[in-house]
Amino acid sequence: MKVILDSRQIERIVEDLAARIVSDVPAGSDIATIGVRSRGEVLAQRLSSRLAEKLGKDVPCGTLDITLYRDDLNSPQGAGQPQVRTTEIGFDIDGKVIILVDDVLHTGRSTRAAMDALIDLGRPMAVKLAVLVDRLGRELPIQADYAGYMCDAAADKLVQVRFVEPDGKDEVVIE
Amino acid sequence: MPITANILVKKKSKQLKWHRKHLLGLRELSAEEIGYILDTAVGFEQVSTRSVKKAPPLRGKVVVNLFFEDSTRTRNSFALAANRLSADIIEFTKKTSSVSKGETLLDTARNLEAMGIDIVVVRHNAGGASRFLSRNVNACVVNAGDGFCEHPTQGLLDVYTIRKIKGTLEGLKIAIVGDVAHSRVARSDMWAMTKLGAEVTFVGPPTLMPAQAERLPVKVSYCLDEVIEKVDVINMLRIQFERLGGNPFPSIREYSHYFGLTAERMKRAKGNILVMHPGPINRGLEIESEVADGRNSVILEQVTNGLAVRMAVLFLVNQAAAQRVD
Repeated sequence: MKVILDSRQIERIVEDLAARIVSDVPAGSDIATIGVRSRGEVLAQRLSSRLAEKLGKDVPCGTLDITLYRDDLNSPQGAGQPQVRTTEIGFDIDGKVIILVDDVLHTGRSTRAAMDALIDLGRPMAVKLAVLVDRLGRELPIQADYAGYMCDAAADKLVQVRFVEPDGKDEVVIE
Repeated sequence: MPITANILVKKKSKQLKWHRKHLLGLRELSAEEIGYILDTAVGFEQVSTRSVKKAPPLRGKVVVNLFFEDSTRTRNSFALAANRLSADIIEFTKKTSSVSKGETLLDTARNLEAMGIDIVVVRHNAGGASRFLSRNVNACVVNAGDGFCEHPTQGLLDVYTIRKIKGTLEGLKIAIVGDVAHSRVARSDMWAMTKLGAEVTFVGPPTLMPAQAERLPVKVSYCLDEVIEKVDVINMLRIQFERLGGNPFPSIREYSHYFGLTAERMKRAKGNILVMHPGPINRGLEIESEVADGRNSVILEQVTNGLAVRMAVLFLVNQAAAQRVD
């Protein structure tokens, strides 16, 4: 196991992601974050409060469960049995700039599922993708608009993001 | 659902893996398995409330509604659940099918299977029909009511409704009142409720009690007035006149007098009692309209929740079939 990011680095990256999003998104647009369960949820909450500070207004935050949209549900080689959880988005996404937030971007398959799930909820003005770690190994034509850290971990390694809230500690490790 | 409850639910059911490709009854399920279905159903509730009321997990799958008995709620609920999961659905009813020409249950099912179906939802007047089918076809089988045995999705939606409002079933006192003998709902309810920690009392005239009720994990009472004050939930059953033999009670009026849920009787119940009914209701017989439509009634919530529960069941059996290695 190798630690590639510690809690101070993660904090700086979140700050930096928020700064880039603020400078990029046209002034006056209605912005909200939506985190992909489960680690994207925590990251989205942090990003949301940073954005709120910088913009001086509320930035609503929601959580998206993508289980029903996964492309490996009916494949016997699927990643085991994913549990269906709740999508909790307490605002209307129509016309908003949605910052879709995930912890690691790898194959791009979760992002594809997340976009399909999002579109079933309404019609945002734009969807942007923000991730903490951008990892090589894309299997779909998808890329992050805001990536915190580039990582070239080998295909057989597991890049794991841990946050204080569920895991007791902020860090990113390669296993 | 409050966030704290949600977190607890997640932690508890994390270890469990769902492996059943059939749902035949609740008797054989563990409390953890029942909890897992309920937790899964929570995630399906919002599919029905958003702008696109459809999700793709059963895309390309075919579900057959194989109903040998009449039904409104269950059949439509399963059909809508299958539709919302993007499955295709074939409706089969006894009256308009070759069963009226003498075809057996098994032949009917095999022929449907030859068309490439994935899930059979079956209702039959013979107890054990769904289990028999599950042993003889490759498709997933979901029991939608078999004889007097079980009606598992009704049992699940009942405990789901109670859990959603009361938070837990642990320690609750629940009365199931009326024609218990002919009720598969009462049996599925009993299994689910007792496994989840509730105390169940069957209430009704002796003639409408199941034989050897003392061997079931329930209390039995022949007097509703003795029970009404103590219970947190009361589930009223319809008299199944179509299944009655002989005269189990002298008159409908007398039955109503002793076992009907009247507004008068409700005055003695707990203020927050939940009034449930699996439908169809015979207004004025087992329940007065004022009570059925009153503030304690969750009868229509049961129907709404039934949809989420059936979506969860169809999703889970299909998952178990898809990830099976055999």
